[in-house]
Amino acid sequence: MKAPNPRRAPGLFATTLVLLRKDLLIEWRTRARLNALVFFAMATLLLFSFALGPDTKLLERNAGGYLWLAILFASVLCLGESFRVETENACLDGVRLAPADARAIFLSKALGNALLLLALSAVLVPVMVALYGVRIVTGVGDLAGILVLGSLALSAPGTVYAAISSNARARDVLLPLLLFPLVIPALLSAAKGTTLVLQGDPMQQLGSWQGLLLGFNLIYWGVGFVLFPRVIED
Amino acid sequence: MNKFVKFGLPALTLALLGAGWWLGLAWAPPDREMGEVQRIMYVHVPLQWMAMMAMFINFVAAVTYLMRQSWKTDAMAEASAEVGLLFGTLGMITGSIWGRPTWGVYWSWDPRLTSEAILLVSYTGYLVLRRFVEDPEKRAVWSAVVAIIGAINLPIVWFSVRWWRSLHQVQSSPKTVDPQMVLPLRVSAFGMLALLIVFLVHRYRIALAERKAEVALPEALPTDDPALRASHSSKVA
Repeated sequence: MKAPNPRRAPGLFATTLVLLRKDLLIEWRTRARLNALVFFAMATLLLFSFALGPDTKLLERNAGGYLWLAILFASVLCLGESFRVETENACLDGVRLAPADARAIFLSKALGNALLLLALSAVLVPVMVALYGVRIVTGVGDLAGILVLGSLALSAPGTVYAAISSNARARDVLLPLLLFPLVIPALLSAAKGTTLVLQGDPMQQLGSWQGLLLGFNLIYWGVGFVLFPRVIED
Repeated sequence: MNKFVKFGLPALTLALLGAGWWLGLAWAPPDREMGEVQRIMYVHVPLQWMAMMAMFINFVAAVTYLMRQSWKTDAMAEASAEVGLLFGTLGMITGSIWGRPTWGVYWSWDPRLTSEAILLVSYTGYLVLRRFVEDPEKRAVWSAVVAIIGAINLPIVWFSVRWWRSLHQVQSSPKTVDPQMVLPLRVSAFGMLALLIVFLVHRYRIALAERKAEVALPEALPTDDPALRASHSSKVA
C-alpha cells in the first residue's frame, strides 16, 4: 500500500464534507438562519389557522398541506441566505480558487439546505400536532422518511436557482418565481404522503408517493450536479 | 432577410390557415357528441402542438448553447421561449372556451390542464430571469440552465393524458378520427407551423440584434463574428 501523496487534491467527497462542515459551523455560530426559519414557518402555520377560522376538522384534514407550504415558504428564505454568505466579500470566488470542485460546492450547499429544512421540520411537527390536533397514525418512521425526501427534493433545484438568483436583480422575486412551479410535483407528493401518515393509509398509497419523491430527487440532484458548475463559472 | 421568408412565408401561412379553417368550419362534419363546439379543435390542437414544439426548440437551443457558446443559439432560445409561451397561452384560452360548453367549466384541476399551467408559469419565470440579468453572457448561461431544468416538465405534460386518465381526452390518431376531420386538422397544423416559423424568425432576428447591440459597446465580450465586432467598434468610435 502506498502512502497517500500529501499534495494530492482532496476528492469530491472530502471537499463536500469540508465545505458542508464550514457552512454548518457558520450556521452554528450565528444560528441566525435557523432561528429566522423556525419563527417564520411557525408564524405561517399560525396564520393558516387564523385565515381559515377555528374549524379544527378542516385544519386537521389539511395539516399535511399546510406543513409543506410552511416548509416551502421557509425554504425560499433558507436558500436565498445560503448564497448570501458567499456573495459577501466574494467568498464564493475564494472557495473556487481554493480550489474546490464546483460540484462539491453544489453538493455541500444542497445538503446543508436539506439539513436545515429537516431541522426546521423537526421543530414544526410538534407545533403542528399541537395546533391542528393531528395524530401520527402510521408511525414516526414513515413521517421521517417523507420529511427527509421532501427536504432533499426542495433543496436540490432550489440550490441551483438560489445560485442564479443571488446574482440577479430583484432576487427576492426571482427565486420563488423560478422555484415554485418546478417543485409542484415534490410539494404535491410530500403533502399527500404526510396526509396519509397523519390520517392512516388503508389503500397502501404511501409507497407510490414516496416513489415519486425519490424519482424527483434522482432527476434534480442529477441535473443540478451536472449543470451547477456552469452556473457559477465566470 | 431573403424574400421568401419576408413575403412568401407569411402568404403561405395565411393561405394554409385560411384553407384549414375553411375546411374545419364549413367542410368537416360537426362532431356527433359535441356538435359545432368541437370545431375549435382546428385552432386549439395545432396551437398546443406548436407550443410544445417551440418549447422543445428552446430546450435544444439551451443544450446547444451550453456545449458551444454562440449568440445565435441564445437568441433562438429567447425567441422560442417567448413564442412558445404565446402559443401555449392561446392554446389554453381556446381550450377553456371549449371546456365551458363541453365540461361545464372553464377550468378543472385535471392533470393535463394543471401540468400545462405549471409549464406556462415556469416559462414565464424563464423570461423574467432573462429580463433581470444584465450581463449578456451570464444571462445566456443561466437561462440555458433554467431552460434545461424546466424542460423536464415537457414530457410530463405530453404524457399526462395517458398516465392519469381523466377529463381531458387522450390524443386521437388519424385511425380513430373521421378522415373529414383529419384533413382540416392537418392543414391547420401546417398553417400553424408556418405561423410559428414566421414568428420565430422575426423574434430571433430581434433577439440577435439586441444581443449584438449589447455586446458591441464593451470590446472584451465575444461575438460570433470577429469581423462584425470590428465593424461595430469602428461605428462606436
